[in-house]
Amino acid sequence: MNWADLNLVPAMPEIFLISALSAILLLDLFISDARRSITYGLSLLTLAGTAALQVYTFEPYAQYTLSNMFVADPLASLVKLAMYGATAMILVYSRQYAADRDMYKGEFFTLALFALFGMNVMVSASHFLSLYMGLELLSLSLYALIALQRDSVPATEAAMKYFVLGALASGLLLYGMSMVYGATGTLEIAAIAKAIHGGSANQLLLVFGLVFLVAGLAFKLGAVPFHMWVPDVYQGSPTAITLMIGAAPKLAAFVFIFRILVQGLDGLTADWQSMLAIMAVLSMAIGNITAIAQTNLKRMLAYSTISHMGFLMLGLLAGNEQGYSSALFYAITYVLTTLASFGVIMALSRAGFECDKLEDLKGLNSRNSWYAALMLLTMFSLAGIPPLVGFYAKFAVIKAIVDIGLVKLAVFAVAMSLIGAFYYLRVVKHMYFDEVQDTSPIVVRGDMQLVLSLNALALLVLGVVPERLIEICVEAMKQSLTVL
Amino acid sequence: MFTNMLSLVVWTPIVAGLLVLATGGDQRAPLARWLALAGALAGFLVSLPLYTGFNDLNGGMQFEEMRPWIQALNINYHLGVDGISMLFIVLNSFTTLMVVLAGWEVIQKRVAQYMAAFLIMSGLINGSFASLDAMLFYVFFEAMLIPMYLIIGVWGGPRRVYASVKFFLYTLLGSLLMLVAFIYMYFKAGKTFEILAFHDMKIALSVQMLLFVAFFLSFAVKVPMWPVHTWLPDAHVEAPTGGSMVLAAITLKLGAYGFLRFALPILPDASRELAWVMVALSLVAVVYIGLVALVQSDMKKLVAYSSISHMGFVTLGMFMFLGTNMNQWAVEGALVQMVSHGFVSAAMFFCIGVMYDRLHSRNIADYGGVANKMPIFAAFMMLFGMANSGLPATSGFVGEFMVILGAVQVNFWYAALAATTLIFGAAYTLWMYKRVIFGDIGNSHVAEMKDVNKREFLVLAILAITVLGMGLYPQAFVSKMHLSVNDLIAHVAQSKL
Repeated sequence: MNWADLNLVPAMPEIFLISALSAILLLDLFISDARRSITYGLSLLTLAGTAALQVYTFEPYAQYTLSNMFVADPLASLVKLAMYGATAMILVYSRQYAADRDMYKGEFFTLALFALFGMNVMVSASHFLSLYMGLELLSLSLYALIALQRDSVPATEAAMKYFVLGALASGLLLYGMSMVYGATGTLEIAAIAKAIHGGSANQLLLVFGLVFLVAGLAFKLGAVPFHMWVPDVYQGSPTAITLMIGAAPKLAAFVFIFRILVQGLDGLTADWQSMLAIMAVLSMAIGNITAIAQTNLKRMLAYSTISHMGFLMLGLLAGNEQGYSSALFYAITYVLTTLASFGVIMALSRAGFECDKLEDLKGLNSRNSWYAALMLLTMFSLAGIPPLVGFYAKFAVIKAIVDIGLVKLAVFAVAMSLIGAFYYLRVVKHMYFDEVQDTSPIVVRGDMQLVLSLNALALLVLGVVPERLIEICVEAMKQSLTVL
Repeated sequence: MFTNMLSLVVWTPIVAGLLVLATGGDQRAPLARWLALAGALAGFLVSLPLYTGFNDLNGGMQFEEMRPWIQALNINYHLGVDGISMLFIVLNSFTTLMVVLAGWEVIQKRVAQYMAAFLIMSGLINGSFASLDAMLFYVFFEAMLIPMYLIIGVWGGPRRVYASVKFFLYTLLGSLLMLVAFIYMYFKAGKTFEILAFHDMKIALSVQMLLFVAFFLSFAVKVPMWPVHTWLPDAHVEAPTGGSMVLAAITLKLGAYGFLRFALPILPDASRELAWVMVALSLVAVVYIGLVALVQSDMKKLVAYSSISHMGFVTLGMFMFLGTNMNQWAVEGALVQMVSHGFVSAAMFFCIGVMYDRLHSRNIADYGGVANKMPIFAAFMMLFGMANSGLPATSGFVGEFMVILGAVQVNFWYAALAATTLIFGAAYTLWMYKRVIFGDIGNSHVAEMKDVNKREFLVLAILAITVLGMGLYPQAFVSKMHLSVNDLIAHVAQSKL
């Protein structure tokens, strides 16, 4: 490596993030519990600084650096910005929640930032090694975050489950990567694509490796049949952590899949397409149908996530620019919706009480019509009812698969979203139609109120004027695909 | 003429609804009511220029507005009305005004939310009628489900949860298939969602059949046609009076309008092929549902079934093909029937609401001799009952007569079966009327009933004038729609294979 050629500018946001993170880690040792807000403020500042650097270093083309292990392209920049936003929102939402549960500690913030750093690496990786490193950094931080509430039995159980199954999935992924390495002789994504197109790679070995890769990826995404961990982990984790697992990591996982399958294994599209199709169909069916039977709100949302990941895969398997950009749009808006839904759950929870059962929402409209309205927007967006943004996400994905002639799959997808509508409606029913049971006042910090309201209203605003976001997604995808 | 007429008609009620919502809790209920009334009145007033400024000599689209909305997907904010949709927009704005008055003091719980839901829905309905872009139509059409779901579920009767969920899922099922059909046609028509471009598109018969099924499921559920009508009685019975009025007067019409705007002109060949199915289902609705209405013990259910039966007339008229042509008499009759039913059903539901507010029962058996206590009310209800059973000189007669006239030209037996409605309609309406209104005072509760107050009188009088006016001078409506109907018939007559 020639040090003179080393261009660190594309990685500036990451470098800033990890430096600031280390500083916070050290600084926090000298901050007492009573003044933890300093750590909180510094974490938010770090996020703002990273985001500013991200915008500042943006170039409308792909920049490779660090021996081609790291790429900064518009797709990565867009997704990273979304992840900074999501992480900042989670920190704001969980401030009171964490304080009430003895989780408002330095580790909470540093682990969250470490997880973010891991995601950043995943999103910007152009090499299997850096991909894997990012993934593990994310996963390890999450394992620790879930178990942060040491005395909570469900949380510990969830952490254990996530850890064991996550390790298994990582193993599968590594095994698949080694197969691909065996077939192509490289771990660099662009080089793998070249080798496959050149026709020199051993096809059998490649497909064998692909199966393991897809299995590992499906696990990370939470697609059926690798979804078993999702409901348990969602339900068992403290809600703030559930949100950390359910929001930004989905975006990272999406780019992760995109880098491996689309940018790397482009030559095997026909093979992974059919695998994704089966998993998409199963995810939509099992996710939606099982969600109906849930009485726990977080568990229901977990199954709903599974079904949404099925929809996301529909966009991916369309195998063209339109499909990828619709999947990207889906992922971003899904994260926004998830933030709002869990945000409301956290707003309604208080010390010693988790608002995690469907019944806890009963009569919310008479208790506080504003939070009921926010949750209503979220639920209808998840159900895909216009004019909320969830509709355009579904619409774009369905349009992409109709375009490649998979009309039957499209009909199946809409049938499944009809089933899905049922349990989202039930949440609205509890909030609006039922008599109130719990009349304790809802106390929410002002900053959270503001952010949460903006978050949920964004679902409506983006639904009425989705144009700009659609354009951005299309543009980002276009740039990332020209690399091929 | 103001250039953004239609936008004004669509957005005035929605903005008014949001303002009403902002008044907050029930401690400011009077403010919410007056604001809602002002909003509904404004909505009605801005819709009037559509009628007065409408050019009868133009069968195409008028008051058109076109702005790009989502350019990446080539979706446009394209509004415009022809003689058919214009009438329904005015009807809807009128009904909204009636609904706000109908719920004035009856609704005491969450007044602002109630009024806001109706105003917002009114704007969305106007939007669906005015859309010339399929996606825009779809967005309005679907968004309507949200306020309606809440209206039935929050202010409805004892089984409101069941009814609201059933309503939502039934309608969503149809709409989603329509969405897939739209997307398919988008690619077929060269990446555009323009409805008028869909009209000119060539489609193979086998594909037309499939698309027709998608449209059928969407619109037949909305109309509702037998056998997908079962959500309607539940929804009607549980909905508050205002909800029933809007449901019967407007949202059912959207289904029939969908057939006219989408199924028939886009898929003329499939429509011809499948006309017999539509005719058969319509006749089942007219005859069988008419009989079902006869045996109802719940007044609201009775009127709900009568609505299904009347809507059977509408779909019958639309699919009464004369050879390869649509039948002018029958189509215009269907449209007149739609408008007329809008007034009459709203009036019938309002009458039942008036009685329900006093006795809190919809059971026919709980009444008897109401005329003794409420003579003014009884007189009004008599008129609406007559209109519901299709008596000449009321609006109910004109449409049914025209459809039957058209049916005779096609097949005598169709006409004969359809004409039974005049008997059944009279039977179930007047029999109910007799049991509820006439006779001795049924029980002590009826004895305590007071006649209509000023507000109720106002609503009843306005509705009575329109029902009579339409019966005596249908030309006011027919002249507006005449050329548009002619254009439609000429369009459908051409094969698109």
